Amino acid sequence: MQSEARLVLEAPPRSGGSYWAISLRRLMRNKLAVACLAVVVLLYGSGALASLVTFYGYDDQDLSVAKQGPSIKHPFGTDRLGRDMMTRIIYGLRTTVIITVISLVTGSLALGVSLGLMAGYFGKWVDAVIMRTGEVCTAFPDIFLILIFVSIARPPLKEWVRGIEDTLGIEILKLGVVDYLVLSLGLAIFSWFGMARLVRGQVLAARENQYVDAAHAVGSPTPRILLRHVLPNIMGPVIVVVSAGLGSAAGAEVFLSFLGIGIQPPTPSLGLMMFEYGSIAELRSNPHLLLFPAGTLTVLLFTFNLLGDGVNDAFNPRARQSGGG
Amino acid sequence: MAPYIVRRLVWLPCILILASFVTFVLGRFGPGDPVEVILGQYNKPEVVERIREQRGLNDPIVVQYGRYLGQVVRGDFGESYKYRGRDVADLLKKKMWVSAQLNLAALIISLGLGIPIGLYAALSQGTARDTLAVAFTLLGQSFPVFLTAPALLMVFALKLDILPTHGWGGFFDTRIILPAVVMGIPGVAFFTRLVRASTLEVISQDYVRTARSKGLGESVIRRRHILRNSMIPVVTVLGPTFAGLATTSFIVERYFGIPGVGNLLIESIFARDLPIIIAVVLIGTTLFVLANLIVDLIYPLIDPRIRLTGGRRAE
Repeated sequence: MQSEARLVLEAPPRSGGSYWAISLRRLMRNKLAVACLAVVVLLYGSGALASLVTFYGYDDQDLSVAKQGPSIKHPFGTDRLGRDMMTRIIYGLRTTVIITVISLVTGSLALGVSLGLMAGYFGKWVDAVIMRTGEVCTAFPDIFLILIFVSIARPPLKEWVRGIEDTLGIEILKLGVVDYLVLSLGLAIFSWFGMARLVRGQVLAARENQYVDAAHAVGSPTPRILLRHVLPNIMGPVIVVVSAGLGSAAGAEVFLSFLGIGIQPPTPSLGLMMFEYGSIAELRSNPHLLLFPAGTLTVLLFTFNLLGDGVNDAFNPRARQSGGG
Repeated sequence: MAPYIVRRLVWLPCILILASFVTFVLGRFGPGDPVEVILGQYNKPEVVERIREQRGLNDPIVVQYGRYLGQVVRGDFGESYKYRGRDVADLLKKKMWVSAQLNLAALIISLGLGIPIGLYAALSQGTARDTLAVAFTLLGQSFPVFLTAPALLMVFALKLDILPTHGWGGFFDTRIILPAVVMGIPGVAFFTRLVRASTLEVISQDYVRTARSKGLGESVIRRRHILRNSMIPVVTVLGPTFAGLATTSFIVERYFGIPGVGNLLIESIFARDLPIIIAVVLIGTTLFVLANLIVDLIYPLIDPRIRLTGGRRAE
């Protein structure tokens, strides 16, 4: 694996190729990473297209087949109301997909990258305010912060959405939009700092480059310098951090739903399922109700970890060589 | 050295005041008006007004916050909504003791296995034993507690029937074994990885080579030069480790039916028992901040290099 990566590094670029093309090619050569990518795409794809790939609805009840083990009709068995477990797990994955994507895009990418860019480029008091705020955020245990945030923000948001429903005459609350919104916002607010700190450090280094001075000299405005000159040059580490953050965002969503502060029933969520069937009595009589959601989560987290390592190797080859020991 | 400690000490009350203010606002303006909760259905306007006056809810907000701070410092978190007439502080004391024992057992397992395995793997680098240890850390860190808990339960409690399934009997009871092991597994993997990496780094340092070249015995080098320096990162991550353990203990307490803080918190969230949630958040935050502070204060004692710079070593 490592020797392959070195080979690519040393071989003359065949079709020229930008940093992105080279890195992607390096990633595609790593068989393990490609396999993990395939699994992640499969899980996330089925979650995103949940209503297309399932044969049942997630709340289709059939009490005559309640709590059955795996069979051909129901590959993962059925739960206590006779709902198909595989369908519910796929819809649970949809929840995970929505939460991780929204919280990473808004938190890590939008907030983290932009605040990090500003802190690093402007320095002085801008830097101080942003970094001190972030340090306060990380001084708290984040689960408690999210817990507080969700308890404060959920009721007024629900009222607000209810108001929109009344004026527009459509049903939004049923879709669980409020839960998705509150949870992803909560995760985003407390997950931006790691990315901001990284970007700030990268910007401080990138700012010293001559191309930034050159851009200044020809009169480029600051936003243009930041977005067109600085940002593309620090994207490698950003990609690595995002890929590493996917697993922890998914884990946080599941954990919060398990605690009862995440997604509310009837919207399916892996955490909620594991909470519901996590007692010893259920484990004794119907282990499949717990083992299938837990197994799905394990596969997801495991592939995320391996994929994160692969992305790190591909986009950050120098770190691997010096830090590998 | 002195400014470093002062900065850390000034930081502590700032964070705690912020935390108490947030929880105060949540308790005062969050869902569920305290007066409505006390009165229930019966709420004549004049009675509501009298109770507001009695409880000081009409005082200026600053006065109320000051009173709240005074109560919290004395350990008075008010009365639980769900368990009528029960003091939150009394309720929490027992549960916290249970959770503390469970966390301690898990920490002992994590450190007691993780450090030796990590050292052993690093010292036998390149052999099959090292590969085995690395593979274990990858698996141990990737398997969520959600899966290891039921899996171990099924094997050791239901199939082999050698360990009890759930319940609580104190620190020296067989019922603590399974939950503590489940909580400890990610920690063992984490510390193995950390100690292995830091030991490998220390081994390649010049001072180790110097020690060898002046003819010191291998055991002395390992004890005085390698071990002491490779333990530094372990101390620095102890703070976050506490937070991580607390998180997993919520899950584990639920799976194993242990009457700890985690179970109480889940119950309170479902019952919207705000005083308990606030108390848990406030105490948890205080412990977390204190743990980090203690680690920061111990840090310069073990790593003298930090005294020169007066700040955290850049990692």
